[in-house]
Amino acid sequence: MVELQVNGKARSVDVRPDTPLLWVLRESLGLTGTKFGCGMAQCGACTVHLDGEAVRSCVTPVSRAAGKQVTTIEGLAPELGVPLQQAWIAEDVPQCGYCQSGQIMSAAVLLREKATPTDDDVDCAMAGNLCRCGTYQRIRCAIHRAARLRGEGGGR
Amino acid sequence: MSARTLIDLRGADVVNVSRRTLLKAGLFAGGGLVLGVFFPGLAPVASAQEEENPGEEGAVTSHSPNAFVRIGTDESVTIIVNHSEMGQGTYTSIAMTVAEELDADWTRIGVEAAPVDPVYNHPGFGMQATGGSTSTWVEWDRLRKAGAAARHMLVAAAAARWGVDASTCTTEDARVLHAESGRALTYGALAEAASRLTPPAEVALKAAKDWKIIGTLKQRLDTPDKTNGKAIFGIDVTLPGMLVALVARPPVFGGKVKSFDATRAKAVAGVRHVVEIERGVAVVADGFWPAKLGREALDVVWDLGPHAALDSRTQGDEYALLASRPGLVARNEGDAAAALGAATKLVGGTFDLPYLAHAPMEPLNAVADVRADSCEVWTGTQFQTLDHAAAARDAGLAPEKVKLHTTLLGGGFGRRAAIDSHFVREAVQLSKALGVPVKVIWTREDDIRGGAYRPRALHVVKAGVDAEGAVVAWQHRIVCQSFMAGTFLEPFVFKDGIDHTAVEGAADTRYALPNLRVEWHRAPDGIPTHFWRSVGHSHTAFVVETVVDELAHAAGKDPFEFRRALLGDARCKGVLEAVAALAKWGTPAPAGQARGIAVHESFGSYVAQVAEVSVSPEGRLKVHRVFVAIDVGPVVNPGLVRAQMESAVVFGLSAALYGEITLEAGRVKQRNFHDYPLLRMHEMPAVEVTIVDSTERMGGAGEPGVPPVAPAVCNAIFAATGKRVRQLPLSHVDLRRS
Repeated sequence: MVELQVNGKARSVDVRPDTPLLWVLRESLGLTGTKFGCGMAQCGACTVHLDGEAVRSCVTPVSRAAGKQVTTIEGLAPELGVPLQQAWIAEDVPQCGYCQSGQIMSAAVLLREKATPTDDDVDCAMAGNLCRCGTYQRIRCAIHRAARLRGEGGGR
Repeated sequence: MSARTLIDLRGADVVNVSRRTLLKAGLFAGGGLVLGVFFPGLAPVASAQEEENPGEEGAVTSHSPNAFVRIGTDESVTIIVNHSEMGQGTYTSIAMTVAEELDADWTRIGVEAAPVDPVYNHPGFGMQATGGSTSTWVEWDRLRKAGAAARHMLVAAAAARWGVDASTCTTEDARVLHAESGRALTYGALAEAASRLTPPAEVALKAAKDWKIIGTLKQRLDTPDKTNGKAIFGIDVTLPGMLVALVARPPVFGGKVKSFDATRAKAVAGVRHVVEIERGVAVVADGFWPAKLGREALDVVWDLGPHAALDSRTQGDEYALLASRPGLVARNEGDAAAALGAATKLVGGTFDLPYLAHAPMEPLNAVADVRADSCEVWTGTQFQTLDHAAAARDAGLAPEKVKLHTTLLGGGFGRRAAIDSHFVREAVQLSKALGVPVKVIWTREDDIRGGAYRPRALHVVKAGVDAEGAVVAWQHRIVCQSFMAGTFLEPFVFKDGIDHTAVEGAADTRYALPNLRVEWHRAPDGIPTHFWRSVGHSHTAFVVETVVDELAHAAGKDPFEFRRALLGDARCKGVLEAVAALAKWGTPAPAGQARGIAVHESFGSYVAQVAEVSVSPEGRLKVHRVFVAIDVGPVVNPGLVRAQMESAVVFGLSAALYGEITLEAGRVKQRNFHDYPLLRMHEMPAVEVTIVDSTERMGGAGEPGVPPVAPAVCNAIFAATGKRVRQLPLSHVDLRRS
């Protein structure tokens, strides 16, 4: 059994310790917001937070998450989650939407570390998140908008 | 896809199906008005399955799956959408179309995917399907009529209740109003009464000036759930007792299972079954991970089949040999060969464009639950009718016992329009064999190596100008596979032996080219090919727009001016001029950058693009900006059109920069995003879009933005470096300053 803390709740899962965290989240815990896109940390669709750091859960064995706080898109704290979601909606970012959970999770870490990121900051932080539908320009706008919303006290 | 057989949309009957006794489907609980639009001559409503469903006296008893609008007594208005949502925005554009004529309250609109039924057949394709950038325009008439008819009946119900003339009533935001007496009733309150009425024989549609919803920038209905993890794609569907399967498929196309040893696979904890199905050997387990480990431990001996020696290099030689001979004539005006002989300057050459994978972010998947007397399938599909029929056949059940649920699609681009329904069939076969629900998941490697590519295309073009710089001739030979030959779609795209989708954009060019000859060689089968966003235009536009650019330079003319003079189509000229204005063509490009231009018509729309690029002395390319002008005719939602142009630029640029599928010893070399790269955030150019005001015929938005991207970029590269690119992807092209 592996003991996890997922979105603030203690969860116990009966899986092999080398099972990628991605599949534990999706299948054992029914949290399907985190997506499978490549299985080799190339696309970022599986991005979650492990003790606040963005990781690609498709290559993170669940054993590495034991004793740590796992945050998925479903549990993103409102302080970052609300301005990001509001900004994503205002900019009409998603098209097919499949990559967007991972995009938002990566963006959340960026905004936590840099309250007003530059375009270069955005490039660096988001380069690991692919979008086949090509919403990059709107993601960039939405990140800047979310930063402004946070700065104005949005998300409370 | 080319929608060449269009059914006349006049003569549609609007029928109130709430009054008919129908399937106890339980799809539409809650009572209310449900309205369908029927086309006489198409497959009738499945009346054979009607059942008695008396229900309570006075209540609306049952509802039909043949419906586009559901108005609940709880004030909910749900649009039942028969087109798949793969990111292109159909759920929103179609809902807007209905809601406008209905005078619904847009803030309370909901959307549901339609079940599979003939009433939901695509009016042009004759089956339920999404493709060809047709969804919005092909439903334009009938769904406005459906909304208007529903509104008419709601007004009639209110007028009857108030004892007034219907002509004295108006509607607004899901209410019927009687100004004179100040009375109002909500649609929800009227839905049941309206459901007892006969639909009008004719409906008047709003004039464009009265539109409140159509033409406005409404936010997409599916956005919120795509930002909070709630959106459900096929790969997310879970059922009690469901097992997950990964299928070992032949490493060479056309191969088969000779034998297999499941011993090691079954020894993996969590693996429950190893089953041979039509396409390969499935490892079925408690979840994805044990299935994957099990498949890795599966020993399969393959009969590699006839294509084990396929190699991209020798294939290139074969295509070149075909191109050296006359092909089937797709277009012949004048005498191209003779006119070329008299040309002052000749341009053109050989263009080699590779196989391309769709690589939707959500890998293919399907969930099937086959029981003795029923079969349910959940998947993101573009081809509902075909998949439904295939599921019924594989399940050994009558079609009416089969339900196919269309989920959101994590990208389609044509990949999820499987003519042979292969990804649904795998799941159905497994569930039937095992008696439990089964989800088949494709890994990214399965996807990249799984075929269904945009065909490789070899073009040989010779064109010429005279001493005054006028075009004198254009001789064009295309070598590529046909993926519809031998399928039921063949009669729709073949004419006189030519697959129209192989030559579209070249044989029917909008340029007024004298002495034009276009020929096609059907390349041998072997590698499965398929619709890929913009289909034949994805390669023909690159070639045509490159050679036109060469002609312009040979004529000593500006590439924009030259095209404007050569185009024989006003809408093409219109977007060309619009993009030139947007990009400030004619003024100096930003320092160190150069511009290229391209224009192409496809799927009923006209798109022109200007790319601004720089090329470093070391040959590093950067695409800084792409300007896009589109004429799509009337616009339902400008935000959606804009988004599709942005999307197309990225899609086309990924292909131009990196995209290629190559083969060695019969096997696809590429496997994941490290060797089939896609454009990333830091490579994204700034994209500016202008939508031309147009009252011409409505076209599509999903695909037309793709064809001009590669040629606009490569024409800019020529302007920057003097190097003419004839081979993609650009990652293989040496752009260093010589």
